[in-house]
Amino acid sequence: MSVDTATVAKIAALARIKVSEAELAAMVPELNGILAWVEQLGEVDVAGIEPMTAVIANKTRLREDVIGADPLTGGGVRDAVLANAPAAEHGFFGVPKVIE
Amino acid sequence: MMTDLTNLGVAAIRDGVAGGEFSAVEVAEAFNANVAAAAALNAFIVTTPELALEAAKATDAKRAAGQPLGKMGGVPIGMKDLFATKGVQTTAASHILEGFVPQYESTVSAKLWEAGAGMLGKLNLDQFAMGSSNETSYFGNVISPWRRSDGGNAAMAPGGSSGGSSTAVAARLAPAATGTDTGGSIRQPAAFTGISGIKPTYGRCSRWGIVAFASSLDQAGPMARDVRDCAIMLEAMAGFDPKDATSLDLAVPNWEAGLNSDLKGKKVGIPREYRMDGMDADVADSWDRGIEWLRDAGAEIVEISLPHTKYALPAYYIIAPAEASSNLARYDGVRFGLRDLPDGAGLQDMYAATRAAGFGAEVKRRILIGTYVLSAGFYDAYYTQAQKVRTLISHDFKNAFTQCDVILAPTAPTAAFGLGEKSDDPLAMYLNDVFAVPASLAGLPAMSVPAGLNREGLPLGLQIIGREFDEQGVLNAGLAIEARAQFSAKPDKWW
Repeated sequence: MSVDTATVAKIAALARIKVSEAELAAMVPELNGILAWVEQLGEVDVAGIEPMTAVIANKTRLREDVIGADPLTGGGVRDAVLANAPAAEHGFFGVPKVIE
Repeated sequence: MMTDLTNLGVAAIRDGVAGGEFSAVEVAEAFNANVAAAAALNAFIVTTPELALEAAKATDAKRAAGQPLGKMGGVPIGMKDLFATKGVQTTAASHILEGFVPQYESTVSAKLWEAGAGMLGKLNLDQFAMGSSNETSYFGNVISPWRRSDGGNAAMAPGGSSGGSSTAVAARLAPAATGTDTGGSIRQPAAFTGISGIKPTYGRCSRWGIVAFASSLDQAGPMARDVRDCAIMLEAMAGFDPKDATSLDLAVPNWEAGLNSDLKGKKVGIPREYRMDGMDADVADSWDRGIEWLRDAGAEIVEISLPHTKYALPAYYIIAPAEASSNLARYDGVRFGLRDLPDGAGLQDMYAATRAAGFGAEVKRRILIGTYVLSAGFYDAYYTQAQKVRTLISHDFKNAFTQCDVILAPTAPTAAFGLGEKSDDPLAMYLNDVFAVPASLAGLPAMSVPAGLNREGLPLGLQIIGREFDEQGVLNAGLAIEARAQFSAKPDKWW
């Protein structure tokens, strides 16, 4: 499979990355080169093979169902969460107007 | 006159400080001076001499009070700028995280400070750890301290993505540094710069607080002068962390005490698929020497087959970008980092403008590939197929380890190349990791140790891959090579 300019523009829109016409033109052959190369995976016989889900067998753990079970990730740290926000106002993340 | 403290490694510094031969402050000052004098290498994004000194003073005070100094007591290290460090800018070498100051400390770095290490600074890397030459950093290329022996002075790649780490250790700016390895990012730079580095079993080191690239592959590990230093530092970095869902709930072995270069009774597998057509002659020769060294150490050499080797790299270049496209969705101009808000732009325009301005070309390329292979209609053909191939690659290793204890292979297909020599061709760059990626896809411990110089005077590395959880077997085979390679070459100081 190969991609054309319209497809790359659509992928970029899905990925929320603005690209110029010139960038698009440069990306199309690059992405096609990479996609043509990964196509070789199609020749591998994978009949009856499960896709990898965990590379090292491990148990899925649940944390204790209490507030602040881990003080580092348990909440109550609003100021720390907002400390790196480009726009923090009144204790919230600021964003441009969403509703017209 | 006292020996130059910057020629000492982790064990020598730890023991010298504990024994009172020199103080931790003297060590920190010596390395701080080397860091300050090496701006030409561009190994650091931020230097923190005051933090190295502060930790050293704490170590000296503990010693005066007769308290234990910790596994890394008095050892200053470099920290790859992918680890969140509280109060110190953490960028992943990207513009989008420029100015980001974490409010918390990554688990691995916290463990190192607790073990008595101090931080010399945050080390440059490929942007979001995506690259094999350290040419994708927003903060400029890292220059390897090594040069070809042809007198041409071409700037050489330090490898990637942990290129600041490899350069810092090779140039004696730090006795050791942290690295992370997603598809070779510890081993390939270690090989390019004549140092040692180990990626442990997936899950040994907590990923909490490490900027995520491809979460099913990302694993932290040490980069240092020799195998013993790697063992010491890995002990300090590893351990169960409930904050990482894939952290292994296993006790950390005492790898340093278990070091033993006698390989009697061990079998070393040589994978025939790694001997590729047109292989670099110096790399092939160094591999042959490695085989003889391990035989000399008492091991039996057996030929093994890893039949799906050639599919590892293409599978990796679906899986890693797919995970990256998801992980990097968090950079949205809202919660941290850069925001680009054009006049009159709405929320969606702000996302797209911020990400366009904040990500470099290679990062965008991988996000787009990842978005494409995960998109409706293509998911099964690309992503599911790649994950099935990953299962087969893992099976290959399981089968091989019924016949051998460790696997010996080259770390990289060539020695270091010059900066700019491969940066125009993404595929040529990706092929650098052809020998490193299979072990990453299988989650196995793997290490690179220096094996000698090629005809251009540049270091070559040999890679040892072990069974899951068998870092000890990997370290021991590495030690056997180290004892016989007698690698003592150092780059001439030109910076």
